[in-house]
Amino acid sequence: MVVTSAVADAGPGVGPGLMVSAKEHVAEGVVSLTLTHPGGARLPDWTPGSHIDLVLPWGSPRSSAAESGGGTTRQYSLCGDRWDAHTYRIAVLREAAGRGGSAQVHDRLRPGDRVGVGGPRNHFPLVPSEKYLFIAGGIGITPLLPMVRQAELLGADWQLLYGGRTRASMAFREELTAAYGERVHVVPQDELGLLDLVAWLGTPRSDTKVYCCGPAPLLAAVEAVCADWPPYALRTERFTAAAQSAPVREEPFEVELRRTGRTVTVTQEMSVLEAVRRAGADVLSSCEQGTCGTCLTPVLEGRPDHRDSVLSDHERAANDCMFLCVSRSCGDRLVLDL
Amino acid sequence: MTEALERAVVPPVSDADPFAHEVLLDPEPLHRALREAGPVVYLSRYDVHALARYEQVHAALVDWQRFESGSGVGLANFRHEKPWRPPSLLLEADPPRHDAPRRVLREILAPPALVRLRTAWAGVAEELVDQVLAEGTEFDAFAALAQAFPLRAFPDAVGLGPDGREHLLPYGNMAFNAFGPRNDLVAADAHRVAELSAWVNAQCAREALSEDGFGARIWAAADRGDLTYEQAPLVVRSLLTAGVDTTVHGLAACLYAFATHPGEWQRLRQRPESARSAFDEAVRWQSPVQTFFRTATTDVTLAGTVVPAGTKILMFLGAANRDPDRWHEPDRFDLTRDPSGHVGFGMGVHQCIGQHVARLEAEALLTALARRVERIELAGTPHRHPNNTLRSWASLPVRVHGA
Repeated sequence: MVVTSAVADAGPGVGPGLMVSAKEHVAEGVVSLTLTHPGGARLPDWTPGSHIDLVLPWGSPRSSAAESGGGTTRQYSLCGDRWDAHTYRIAVLREAAGRGGSAQVHDRLRPGDRVGVGGPRNHFPLVPSEKYLFIAGGIGITPLLPMVRQAELLGADWQLLYGGRTRASMAFREELTAAYGERVHVVPQDELGLLDLVAWLGTPRSDTKVYCCGPAPLLAAVEAVCADWPPYALRTERFTAAAQSAPVREEPFEVELRRTGRTVTVTQEMSVLEAVRRAGADVLSSCEQGTCGTCLTPVLEGRPDHRDSVLSDHERAANDCMFLCVSRSCGDRLVLDL
Repeated sequence: MTEALERAVVPPVSDADPFAHEVLLDPEPLHRALREAGPVVYLSRYDVHALARYEQVHAALVDWQRFESGSGVGLANFRHEKPWRPPSLLLEADPPRHDAPRRVLREILAPPALVRLRTAWAGVAEELVDQVLAEGTEFDAFAALAQAFPLRAFPDAVGLGPDGREHLLPYGNMAFNAFGPRNDLVAADAHRVAELSAWVNAQCAREALSEDGFGARIWAAADRGDLTYEQAPLVVRSLLTAGVDTTVHGLAACLYAFATHPGEWQRLRQRPESARSAFDEAVRWQSPVQTFFRTATTDVTLAGTVVPAGTKILMFLGAANRDPDRWHEPDRFDLTRDPSGHVGFGMGVHQCIGQHVARLEAEALLTALARRVERIELAGTPHRHPNNTLRSWASLPVRVHGA
């Protein structure tokens, strides 16, 4: 309980974290959250396919030791409207076999609560194409929701193949069919069986990009059927637990400025950027939201808690640079080339 | 609607011409007057609303939803007027079409991708500075350094061939004039449009580019389907249009700043690691890109004034960068200042995608110069070159004293 305000304050990029302004039941086992800035500020821009790190105020009962000190961090795709610069929307499926994050969203999180947010980042961008085939399995519909809207805006020829256990479990099914009619193919498994991937994907096409998000067996099946498609035609998004459960540390940590010869303590109320500036380092910044890259700084020792929107997985794993405006530290100490 | 109209503020009206020669050569008096007149000023001569205060300029820059770029970021409104060339996929585009080109170019020009250029450019800068100093201690720093360094470093990084590079600066000058009204500056370039455009377009072709530059990486992104093959040459064109003149005049601003502020030069020499910040302070102080336009996508109320849908706004980046409500003693070039948040590179989804490249060029040149030059001072009157968008230079005569 005590960490509630601490984690909310640690919300990166968006000052004091975001507020849950609405929570709605959107399908069996699925709730959507609307997040806004408590001061009404614009939120960092995003593109379809982006996800955010959602930092819940409660520790995770079934997670690694690294996480237990702070809140629970989970990744969720943004499924709202990017033309509304003031809200984010995510949808969360209760994962019975999950690590407890989704259960917290369903059972404990309430409108008015504060949550930390990292990113947004996009590892699943919509690339230009004349035609798209979107394939969603269950809650995998979330990143595809803004994509179909965008495909429609761009005048592309697109189809959405949407599978789920039962009609009632399939979030946004009604709004999709109402808005797009015959482009949307809803396939509840209990009524119609599994998606007929061979019929949809059996013949490789050079003018079509395939976007798929859903459970691992669906991704594996789509990959197998698309084996003869042109390279890069298939784009998939998978959420694996190992991906980026950024540890959120509430204890202060030390940052050594190697060239300046000073060490400064970073507490939860301040960003690393603020702390090193107080210590007299010249660090240029611009957006202070982890999107522009201006304050990227080489890291000599330690492991950063990356919370920016820019670095690729590969670049993050290298741990040799970080965004001082939003990123923090996983451990007790970081050494920066400043 | 009625209520909003009743409460709407009628903005102050100015018949000033921001594109008149004397204003382009010395824009600060107009900037001051516009800032003081109000948060939004109506420019009767061009039928546009203008923003000169930091708060409104920043707000308009980030608000791509209500202030679009796709109708052109100059005075010409692409809703009614034919653009002089196929519009840029970056500068003159909005989400969602803007997304893919932006993403591709951002990755190619991101700091991690520039690491290997750092060493190379440090060497280029040292060689250039040694050459210039060997020829004498009085020279035109605009031609010898501010122009010469980017022209040695950047086209190689893009992967251009050796021939015709002299077209780059005139092309940029022409492109940046084209954002203004069709005045004498645009007319002066008219006879070269076809020739310069043809050369630039030819350089954007895959076969014209080396295999390891930014240009080749743009084409490789098209191979992966992240861009279309139709988009790739236009994205290369963006590098060639926006990546040369801007840096040249940014570096000239920096050299001018140091030549007129000897104390700041000493500060830089003591702490050469502050070169990047120094460059940004010079960009804030001089704002090499002075203005851009946007077009309202709907009736937008700004500080009480309604900007009607489909009409243009003119954002004075240079005026915002010297707004006393945002900056302490804004007219001072001051290395102890934190210039973070200046809008000299813009802000938001269109923020200069090459800013890290520009800073790297500045860092290389300033570091090489600081090592060899103890003092730098004006040796004559510097001359500006009028351009409708850029705060540009014609000459910057200096005298240097070796370290």
